[in-house]
Amino acid sequence: MRQGIYTVAGNRALTEGVWELRLLGDTGSITAPGQFINIKLEGFFLRRPISICDWSGEALTVVYKVVGKGTEVLSQMGAGEKLDVLCGLGNGFDISKCGGRTVVAGGGAGVPPMYGLAKALLRTGKSPTALLGFNTKKEIFYEEEFRALGVETVVTTADGSYGRKGFVTEAFPEEYDYVCACGPLPMLRAAYDAAATSGQFSFEERMGCGFGACMGCSCKTKYGNKRICRDGPVLEKEEIIW
Amino acid sequence: MVDLRVRLAGIELDNPVIPASGTFGYGYEFAELYDINCLGTFSFKGTTREARFGNPTPRIAECPAGMLNAVGLQNPGVEKVISEELPRLKEVFRKPVMANVSGFSVEEYAYTCSLLDQEEQVGWLEVNISCPNVHDGGMSFGTSPRAAAEVTRAVKAVTKKPVFMKLSPNVTDIAEIARACEEAGADGISLINTLLGMRIDLRAKRPLLANGTGGLSGGAVFPVAVRMVYQVYEAVGIPIIGMGGVSSAEDVLEMMLAGATAVEVGAANLVDPFVCRSIVEELPGAMEKYGIQDLKEIIGGGHHG
Repeated sequence: MRQGIYTVAGNRALTEGVWELRLLGDTGSITAPGQFINIKLEGFFLRRPISICDWSGEALTVVYKVVGKGTEVLSQMGAGEKLDVLCGLGNGFDISKCGGRTVVAGGGAGVPPMYGLAKALLRTGKSPTALLGFNTKKEIFYEEEFRALGVETVVTTADGSYGRKGFVTEAFPEEYDYVCACGPLPMLRAAYDAAATSGQFSFEERMGCGFGACMGCSCKTKYGNKRICRDGPVLEKEEIIW
Repeated sequence: MVDLRVRLAGIELDNPVIPASGTFGYGYEFAELYDINCLGTFSFKGTTREARFGNPTPRIAECPAGMLNAVGLQNPGVEKVISEELPRLKEVFRKPVMANVSGFSVEEYAYTCSLLDQEEQVGWLEVNISCPNVHDGGMSFGTSPRAAAEVTRAVKAVTKKPVFMKLSPNVTDIAEIARACEEAGADGISLINTLLGMRIDLRAKRPLLANGTGGLSGGAVFPVAVRMVYQVYEAVGIPIIGMGGVSSAEDVLEMMLAGATAVEVGAANLVDPFVCRSIVEELPGAMEKYGIQDLKEIIGGGHHG
């Protein structure tokens, strides 16, 4: 983890309520896809943890959903503005454990970290399949970005207004050897239940610090108590207790 | 050269800055970020006899100028703290450390303290009789002078190390509780723990915290803490560790003027992991600004008549 002042390079709405923020600054502390940053916002006591979507060199991208006053303020930040950021938090996905045909499943606001994961898997010569689940057509984002990577991409909508109707679990391919998932708890649970293989699942929890000091986001696992912010947010399938 | 040193119940601190229990773990997360030996000391995560997972999540809620927490004393239990955490702590921190202890019965407090008393690196015991987030213990000892005195006596009977009783602000007369602890043999008083609070989720129409209530900390509680330190300083003759919403060198000076010998920094660590180092670095400048040569000399300096 490193603390730094980052410059906003861009901040645009991808859908109604989902924004993509590009930041310039030190990305040296990022060690794996699925890690997150914790952003200090003027006027708010706690930082806002947001998963890293993509990074390279001195640039990183996060995609976030406006859910409250903090993310509302964040969505109003414009190019050139500065943000105090803790970068490279959490464990992220361990791509060394992923198979050559890993299913990369994202649900809603859980889609962004799967982009960085898909990219990392491609870099190591693996051929992931991306399953992107949304409620409805107007909430879809990043479909083109995933396709542009050259990743086989399936979009599902719960109401059938676009792509395959249903949840990501119904779009699992015939053959796969590993599952990585990020999304709301019911989606994670469904992906866990549907997975015929081992896998890694990224969890969300309300956090205090984001770096392991306050025990605000603890959970029980088969390997003992873990902090979602520090020992997670990614847990291995075998250790998860629902 | 200004002098930052203070004496806390017989042990000299290089400076009065102490990360508060529950916001600094056992030190090693922060030791990855900076050399924590720049601190006066730190108070490690509250320890109980048995391992505790604590409360269900969500455990954290934000508020203007602060936060609520209802962690519920998650810790691995005193035996594992001694066998696993303290050896790791020793690798990154070479000064005497403050052991924070909590319990659910007088016997449990005494048992946990008796084990920590054997640990060489433990300089002080900070006995938490003020946790608002556990049921049937914690704060209930800190809201009655008789029970506070009983815990104090039981702990003093099993240790030679200085004992600081950590008090709850959720009482009608903080001075009365502090006096009861002093009369029972306490070597010092730590205050304040968090103020009991609640937030309600407008969408779900239920309390935000799974525990319902939680403890308020952060800048919002600073004036309450200063007032209570001031009152307790007038009531007792033993040293006080002041805490509650401290986040700057100037807050440290204000707390010391109210009567604190040393000052703990809590919630601010969670927002800025470097804040304690920054405070230590900024203290000399703040002292010069306010014409202070020797920090020891301003303890209680805000009291007149």
